[in-house]
Amino acid sequence: MNLHRYRFILTRPLQLIPVLFGISLVTFVLVRLIPGDPARVLLGAKSTPDAIARIRTQFGLDEPIWLQYVYFLKNLSLGDMGKSILYKMPVLQLVGERVGPTLALILGSVVLSLLLAIPLASLAATQRGRFADHAIRLFSTAGLGFPPFWLAIMLIIVFSVKLDLFPVAGWGDTLAVQIHHLMLPCFTVALALSAVITRNLRASMIAELASDHATAARARGLSESRVFWRHVLPNAVIPAINLLAVNIGWLIGGSVVIETVFSIPGMGQLLVRGIFTRDYMVVQSVALVFACATVMVNFLADILTVAIDPRVEL
Amino acid sequence: MSSAAIATRPNWLPRFGRYPLPLYLGGGLIGFIILIAILAPWVAPFDPIAQNLAVKLQPPSLAYPFGTDNFGRDILSRIIWGARIDLQMGLIGVAFPFLIGTTVGAIAGYADRAVDAVAMRVVDIVLAFPFLVLMLAIIAILKPGLSSFYIAMALVGWVSYARLIRAQVLVLKSADFVLAARSLGYSHPRILFRHILPNVLTGSIVFSMSDVVLVVLNGAAISYLGLGVQPPTAEWGIMIAEGQNFITTAWWITAFPGLAIVVMALGFSLLADGLGEFLGVRE
Repeated sequence: MNLHRYRFILTRPLQLIPVLFGISLVTFVLVRLIPGDPARVLLGAKSTPDAIARIRTQFGLDEPIWLQYVYFLKNLSLGDMGKSILYKMPVLQLVGERVGPTLALILGSVVLSLLLAIPLASLAATQRGRFADHAIRLFSTAGLGFPPFWLAIMLIIVFSVKLDLFPVAGWGDTLAVQIHHLMLPCFTVALALSAVITRNLRASMIAELASDHATAARARGLSESRVFWRHVLPNAVIPAINLLAVNIGWLIGGSVVIETVFSIPGMGQLLVRGIFTRDYMVVQSVALVFACATVMVNFLADILTVAIDPRVEL
Repeated sequence: MSSAAIATRPNWLPRFGRYPLPLYLGGGLIGFIILIAILAPWVAPFDPIAQNLAVKLQPPSLAYPFGTDNFGRDILSRIIWGARIDLQMGLIGVAFPFLIGTTVGAIAGYADRAVDAVAMRVVDIVLAFPFLVLMLAIIAILKPGLSSFYIAMALVGWVSYARLIRAQVLVLKSADFVLAARSLGYSHPRILFRHILPNVLTGSIVFSMSDVVLVVLNGAAISYLGLGVQPPTAEWGIMIAEGQNFITTAWWITAFPGLAIVVMALGFSLLADGLGEFLGVRE
């Protein structure tokens, strides 16, 4: 195993530093663009003079703007993202409480979409040009045009209201109840996501089926199903992993909307509520966390690709 | 522009006469929606906003083909009037990013490395944010509404166009016809905007058609969240949000506006596919 293929794990974070600074600058500027006294903007209308004085020193609000940014970075590095007006608790703690449901929703959707996409794409690629292929391609073309929030409500009408299989919305205390609450939301996101993945996976499977190494495997007398499972599928799945990473931004945006439809107490719901209540510290922090998560996921996907595909060099 | 657009274009739809079949289908669907939107005052059977509590929550019938909502407003009429807003949202929501992104991308690709590096770092930073999250954050500091949606769209959506155009300009910059134009003594702006740009626009025009789908879906989602178009305006996303409280009793309030979005999205997807095939553009 040659370790120099993994050099980028050390160098890439250095390249990411400007992007991370950019993210912090954008989130900093966003809130400072709000007209009015920043202390009052951050603390809300009902803030006490005492609290205003404290936040002025903590965030250096009387200093020039560039120094305020330095204060912002300093607070950030100490893990202090400010306090929520609405929930009256540190934003970091709030985010910590909300991160679980969002993570579960996204991971569940990804797993479910792969469970949908891999069989569908396999079927379409092996039955190329036949009815199953056409039907699956129609699904993957149309799937992109369905608004996920509307699809969610339609699924609620069918599976929760009419069939009474799932709860309409909300969250539970125990793991089993929470999973039950997550099933329909995950399925909604997975339907849209699997449309994208199926298209991509089918195309790469067809290319792999016609590749030289597949022909060589057939020439060695391997059965068609063994060629597919051992030689075609593993190679075709690798680009799909990258596609998932590229789509993480879309997935996070989707989770924001879906959490609102199903009233799941995650980061997305926190963001939307924060916007309505002008809880700007929360809005700022959630945007920051989501952006850093996006950058991290893409980095991890690169590591994963190098780890599973020996041909890849980054 | 969210990255869900990153997928391969199907190459299997048959041709029909001079143009690819998807171009006819997509053009027909979108033409129909544009016609309905323009003729809304004449084709809509009822006022889209006026309340009539005597006929509230009526299921679909001959008088009200798509039923009525909890204020007794005709769903069909609201969908017809909503076509105006959603169509406008898709077209204006793409126009600004297209113009900004094309200009930035062209300059970044043509100018020296320093300008290019700065522009591309900005692109990286914008792309680091999940599309919808950055849009919502921008709308949060403006105020909810259609104009904020357009501003946010312009600030966030330009990056994909900038990337697309820049990559192509970089290639064409050293082409022979550019060298010829330079030896004729033409100015850089003239070479860039008169000679190079017309050669690279096709790709982003096709991309903008598929981008409309995502912009419409995003716009409707933002309105659904209550941060876009405000009630009582008839817009498909709001109609879905308003109907959500009545899913146990009146499914038609949410079902039909969503179908309208699906039809419009399908129309623009087909248009993009057909146009791409006709112009020989591959994404």
